[in-house]
Amino acid sequence: MTADMTFECRATPVDVRRMLGRLRTRLAAEDLSDEKCSTIEIALAEALNNIVEHAYRPDERGTITLTLSVGPRRLRCELRDLGVAMPGLGPPDGTAPDVGGLRATLPEGGFGWSLIRALTARLHYMREGTGNRLILDFDIDVS
Amino acid sequence: MELSTSRHGDMTIVNVTAGRIDAAAAIAFKDAMRAAVADGTDHVVLDLGQVTFVDSSGLGAIVAAMKHMGDGRRLDLAGLTPDVAKVFRLTRMDTVFVIHHDIDRLTATG
Repeated sequence: MTADMTFECRATPVDVRRMLGRLRTRLAAEDLSDEKCSTIEIALAEALNNIVEHAYRPDERGTITLTLSVGPRRLRCELRDLGVAMPGLGPPDGTAPDVGGLRATLPEGGFGWSLIRALTARLHYMREGTGNRLILDFDIDVS
Repeated sequence: MELSTSRHGDMTIVNVTAGRIDAAAAIAFKDAMRAAVADGTDHVVLDLGQVTFVDSSGLGAIVAAMKHMGDGRRLDLAGLTPDVAKVFRLTRMDTVFVIHHDIDRLTATG
C-alpha cells in the first residue's frame, strides 16, 4: 500500500497516451499482474478519451487530473476535469454495440462505455460545481 | 503511421510497426491502411504482432479499414498480443474477424 499518486495531463490524445504510459509503469511497480494492469489501462484509456472528445471543446486546452489510490483489495482511479457535464448527469449504461450484422453495418465506435463497465468493479460519477469527477474502482489481489 | 506490406502469393500481409493504435493514432492508421491495401490482393492479413495496445478508437479504425476494402475482399488479423486480444474479446469483435495465431505458418502455406 502506497500513498495516493496524482497525474495530470492536457486533454489531448497524445497527452492522454503519455499519461497512460506513466500509469502503466506505476501499476507494474505495485506488483499487479499484467492482466490486471491491462484491465486498468484499457478502462482508463476509454474514460480519458471520452473526456478529451466530449467534455472539452477542441480549442479549450483543458486539463485532466488522475488520482490513483491503492488499497488492500481495491484500486481506485479518480478522474477530474472542468469540462461540460455528462448528459443526464450519469455515465451511459454501456450497452455494447451489435457486431452481428453485415459488414457495411458494423459499428466503428460506441465501445467505450461497454468496455469501462465490463472492466471496472464499480463506477461513480459526480458533477461538482463546474467540474466532473469520475471514480473507477477495480478489484485487486495484491499478494 | 508506418505500415510495411509484403506479398505472399494471393495474400498481402500488412505489418503495423507502431506500438499503439489508439485515439492519437487512429486517423493516421486509417489513412495508412487505405494506401497500403489500395491496389493489393483480395486477401489481406493485418499483422498486429508489434502492437501492444488498441483502444476503442483504434478498434474502430481497424473496422473502418475492413469496411473500406469492400465486399469480395477480406481482412484477417494475426499476432494479437494479450491486451489487444482482450479488447477484441470484450467487444466481441473477435467473432467478426478471422484471427490467425501463427503468422509464420500462414506465410509458409500462402
